Amino acid sequence: MSDDVLAVSGLIVTYQNRTVLEVEHLAVRSQEILTIVGPNGAGKSTLLRVLALLQAPTRGEVTFQGKPVVHHPRHLLPLRRKMATVFQAPLLSDTSVHGNVALGLRFRGVPPREIDRRVRHWLDRMGIGHLADRPARTLSGGEAQRISLARAFVLEPEILFLDEPFAALDSPTRERLLADLEAVLHESGITAVFVTHELVEALRLARRVGVMMEGRILQVGSVDDVFNRPVSEAVASFVGMETILPGRVVAEHGGLAQVELPQGQMIEIVCELPPGVHVVLCVPPDEVIIASRDMLSQQTSARNQLPGLVAKVTPLGSLHRITVDCGFPIIATVTRQSALDLKLEPGREVVATFKASSLHVIRRGDIDGGDVSK
Amino acid sequence: MELIWQGFLQAFRLIVQGDPELMGIMGLSLKVSGIATVSSLLLGIPLGTVIGLGRFPGRGLVLSLVNTGMGLPPVVVGLFVSIFLWRSGPLGVLQLLYTPTAIIIAQFIIAFPVVTGLTVAAMQQVDPRFRLQLLGLGASRVQLLWQLLRETRLPMLAAVMAGFGAVISEIGASLMVGGNILGYTRVMTTATVLETAKGNFDVAIALSVILLGITFLINWGLTAIQQRGGAG
Repeated sequence: MSDDVLAVSGLIVTYQNRTVLEVEHLAVRSQEILTIVGPNGAGKSTLLRVLALLQAPTRGEVTFQGKPVVHHPRHLLPLRRKMATVFQAPLLSDTSVHGNVALGLRFRGVPPREIDRRVRHWLDRMGIGHLADRPARTLSGGEAQRISLARAFVLEPEILFLDEPFAALDSPTRERLLADLEAVLHESGITAVFVTHELVEALRLARRVGVMMEGRILQVGSVDDVFNRPVSEAVASFVGMETILPGRVVAEHGGLAQVELPQGQMIEIVCELPPGVHVVLCVPPDEVIIASRDMLSQQTSARNQLPGLVAKVTPLGSLHRITVDCGFPIIATVTRQSALDLKLEPGREVVATFKASSLHVIRRGDIDGGDVSK
Repeated sequence: MELIWQGFLQAFRLIVQGDPELMGIMGLSLKVSGIATVSSLLLGIPLGTVIGLGRFPGRGLVLSLVNTGMGLPPVVVGLFVSIFLWRSGPLGVLQLLYTPTAIIIAQFIIAFPVVTGLTVAAMQQVDPRFRLQLLGLGASRVQLLWQLLRETRLPMLAAVMAGFGAVISEIGASLMVGGNILGYTRVMTTATVLETAKGNFDVAIALSVILLGITFLINWGLTAIQQRGGAG
């Protein structure tokens, strides 16, 4: 616990009797990058504002550096001055680039020469040193967000909050900015909380991930835990395991279980759950192999072979997303080339194949238990 | 046209000669309207900031009153200030009626809602998230307000111009509470009316031209400040 920079417990935020945030406990450890992912409207930004001491929770306690936070302007100011926040919109002041980055240091009463030195360092670090004297509001979205990042880093905060800083940018700009941010975060060893609805961003920056939905944090853990061992159906579906199949274990032998789906098909999975247990199976799209019917006889180690018809083909750049109707939809990603080779188009008869070990299994009981406890 | 031309010539002559009567009237106009404007800024900007940024019960009503006040007819102000300052009125003991101070009071009442209302509008056009960003950068309450005033300097200077413009050009209140006493409470606008009534159209036109000239120079200066800071 002593390693936590910031922690919240029993946190509740309500707007006009509607609870928008309910977090039992969340801690930000020293020098970690904690990412909160969740769909829009999940309450991520509200959580971030509470963590950044910009909004008082309706109920609950915020602890910063081991001390409970008192929500009174006089107490908050010195604490806020140990933090920095970058929002989705760059929210620049109507002055020069240099003036914008200097803002926080001026608030702190840092001597002008020291301000100038630090501002120039961070402008260069963010690759916008040549824009120092330009009026900030005439710059492009990417440059503006670089100002916003420099404006936060120049404060050398104990903790940095990033609220979807790249959401409004086009993808090449976002990619470059993400790479630069990643480098700065890792070399400075700064503690950061990063909020995003983009899984790719979350995966790149985070060591720990929290998944947030409808005002609650459903799971916090390592990237590996959250993405490969989601605790619930909701988490699984959000982190991209698009094929989610509810079923019931009917037999188990030697670590291999037979799961019966409501439609009657049998799926084999690697797990040691006793018969009768209700489960949810998550099939990662990249674990599903699509083959044509005539290749079915070929030897394969994959336990699960489900015949079906191609229902939909969605091109996604170099990959194609294939939806196969096997009585229930299974989603697979295949390369464009193999989609062409297999002549994948709606109505084509294919076999969807995946290994018993490639599935992730969620016990239904876990889900109910986790949610009903409220 | 001949008349207007004569008026321009007369105006030129009066200024070049430094006519003492004209200089006195000009000086009083600038002093009275200047003090009224500055006072309305000192009170109107803080009040406008509170209404613009704050959330309190009755805010809507207060804002409606301010907005109504922005269109206050100077004669109405003149009438009520007169009633209050009459010897038998509630503030009669102060003996302020027909003094420059009375004009300042009336002009303050005219400019104050204008400045307040435009300050409210200026503050409301600032993205509320920008306030959050400033707090996130470690601004104290005072620093936050100061920064917001800096951000809104364009509309705030417009408020200064509108406030000054409203009072330097009004006549109803100056006439009613000042009395147009030569050498004491006669200002540019009341002098213009008097000269027109007397049939001295060339002098009246000269006064109008000078009044316009003064207003133009002041607004030119303010606009220069405004645009230098803003467009960058």
